Amino acid sequence: MSVRTMTGAEMIVKALVDQGVEAVFGYPGGAVLPIYDEIFKQNRLRHFLVRQEGGAVHAAEGYARSTGKVGVVLVTSGPGATNAVTGLTDALMDSIPIVCLTGQVPTHLIGNDAFQEADTTGITRPCTKHNYLIRSPRDVASTIHEAFYVARSGRPGPVVVDIPKDVQFAAGVYRPPEEVKHKSYKPRTRPEPQAVEETVALIEAAKRPVVYVGGGVINSGPAASRALRRLVEATGFPCTQTLMGLGAFPASHPQSIGMLGMHGLYEANLAMHGADLIIAVGARFDDRVTGLLSGFAPNAKKVHIDIDPSSINKNVIVDVPVVADAGKAVEAIRRRWSARGGRTNYRAVEKWWREIAKWRKRDCLKYEHDDKVIKPQYALERLQAKIAGRDDVYVTTEVGQHQMWAAQFLRFERPHHWMTSGGLGTMGYGLPAAIGVQVAHPDALVIDVAGEASILMNIQELSTASQYRLPVKLFILNNQWMGMVRQWQELLHGERYSESYTDSLPDFVRLAEAFGWTGLRAERPEEMDDVIDAMIAADGPVIADVQVAQMENCFPMIPSGKAHNEMILGGMEDPEAEIDAEGMVLV
Amino acid sequence: MTATEQPQEKRIFAVVVDNEPGVLARVIGLFSGRGYNIESLTVAETDPTGHLSRITIVTSGTLMVLEQIKAQLARLVPVHGVSDLTQEGPHVERELVLVKVAGGGARRIEALRIADIFRARVVDSTHRSFVFEVTGSTEKIDAFIDLMRPLGLADLARTGVVAIARGAESM
Repeated sequence: MSVRTMTGAEMIVKALVDQGVEAVFGYPGGAVLPIYDEIFKQNRLRHFLVRQEGGAVHAAEGYARSTGKVGVVLVTSGPGATNAVTGLTDALMDSIPIVCLTGQVPTHLIGNDAFQEADTTGITRPCTKHNYLIRSPRDVASTIHEAFYVARSGRPGPVVVDIPKDVQFAAGVYRPPEEVKHKSYKPRTRPEPQAVEETVALIEAAKRPVVYVGGGVINSGPAASRALRRLVEATGFPCTQTLMGLGAFPASHPQSIGMLGMHGLYEANLAMHGADLIIAVGARFDDRVTGLLSGFAPNAKKVHIDIDPSSINKNVIVDVPVVADAGKAVEAIRRRWSARGGRTNYRAVEKWWREIAKWRKRDCLKYEHDDKVIKPQYALERLQAKIAGRDDVYVTTEVGQHQMWAAQFLRFERPHHWMTSGGLGTMGYGLPAAIGVQVAHPDALVIDVAGEASILMNIQELSTASQYRLPVKLFILNNQWMGMVRQWQELLHGERYSESYTDSLPDFVRLAEAFGWTGLRAERPEEMDDVIDAMIAADGPVIADVQVAQMENCFPMIPSGKAHNEMILGGMEDPEAEIDAEGMVLV
Repeated sequence: MTATEQPQEKRIFAVVVDNEPGVLARVIGLFSGRGYNIESLTVAETDPTGHLSRITIVTSGTLMVLEQIKAQLARLVPVHGVSDLTQEGPHVERELVLVKVAGGGARRIEALRIADIFRARVVDSTHRSFVFEVTGSTEKIDAFIDLMRPLGLADLARTGVVAIARGAESM
């Protein structure tokens, strides 16, 4: 091997190429000019210029989440780095592998309050899985390789590499990825046999089991979803998914009982509440899932499969912790269970399914149809009808009511097709994320289900999609309110709608046209199908402005601080009385 | 029982980390960011060839929180290992204090006499002051400081606890 020296910037680009990177989302600036110069001179990496650095991180998240690869971001020092902070925090909360390269002022100016200087490693320390400041050209290649290793290993997450401008110019010797081994970070991926054995014993004895799956299954890769399906089918257990876990188990599968949690399905939440065994796979007992902790699944033994030991016993004390990769653990459990005879308490589980069937009959997503006004649920039902059966449809969302309705009404049959900001709840995530997804899957149908308030948070990214001819579709459920804020104000703050009306909205059709997009509008239910058809058929990017009922609430809902059996249902019945009765039966 | 109702326990964690910039900030940030207590924290390089430092943290919390602290420390990328010295068998713990006592006359003599009982060393002496060095358990040091207070205690500096497991095993 030659020991030819390269500049830091050359090594950065070579390291990215050697890591298999094809797309970089970024925005240039003074402190990253040498890297941009190297990008200009080559054609292995494609750079996608966003309109604000926050968009770059979300685009990389969409790219990563829809491919299973590491998403890559390149931004300049100071404001470039600080604009990236929200996206980094988002990726940390949702365990999305990101490597974010930030420029830094030259080493000798660090600490001098130089122009566009920010303490990037200091600012991003709590919102990254790890971060680095490269101080010598000697460390450039090894640090970038290590960053990729850290970002994708164990529980994935964002990693920042801060690179002073003088280091980008200085000469050093490149080291290939094979030569870089991490000293301390070696996450455990195989389950302990004892934990597997204990889980199998619980599976054999369970009368009212639930498999509760989260985004960890998706992070583990498609093999984990296949292993999960084999285990669920072999045991005959019901399977519920978190917001992040949608698609990890097929929505149309008869054993799927849908999403659980604050806006989850009645049957899923009551099954969790009544369960005597919960097998959590790559899920973290988040507060949106558990509701009131002291009332959470009071009679259940809990098995918790998670690759991150700090997730175990964090919110909920579990009986059997299984620290391992979700796919490997599920497969090990299924094999051991089969080897021990593949027994379940079949009769009891059958009885359990009959109970679940009763809850399902409540049809908790039922809503009152309106002939004159488009109900948001109706818009999504029609969208689902139009995309059903296609396996090239990817959906992203913003954050709020539309996000929960999308989670309830759209059906995901496979992993990596649903991108949403779950943990951080970042409004403005969906459009840049959709751009990242479309970059990774140029021929796919990528739809951002948005609200009119969220979409304005990163609306500048319309221009990015135009520049790269990315035919993303914005499906805006426009109710002229920050719907979820309005809903909470209605239900919990005496209908005092403080600052939640989105006044002075743009004309989204003309806005679309201003950016070279196609603008469509639906105002009446009978227009819905035509608008969706036109949106899907268009070659280029489209905004579909769907004017929906303004005061619609998203149900079911577990109010904050309540348990699963205290869910509010929509519709005309008196929900309180109903739930109390169900609760009495269960507890 | 909710987390706040559970009894608090004291623990000593030893954490072996890469000796590189930002590691201490990361550990401290973890404690402040997640609302854990730090009663004392000491850090110094212990392996110059391997560039490793050892951090000793005295903390307290409920069992659930203590388990979290250990897991959260262990998952930091530059952390090589975490030992819960309180849990993992017998250990010895020591703290060092430098105590400045100023004054004269009988109080000065009494200070010297007590220092002798505590096996304190005099590391600085003027006509108007002594600086004593005491090594021992936190309780012993607390007791020494309490006794020096009425005798002209002027200033003190404590290292915080360092601790190590008994026996032949290493971390």
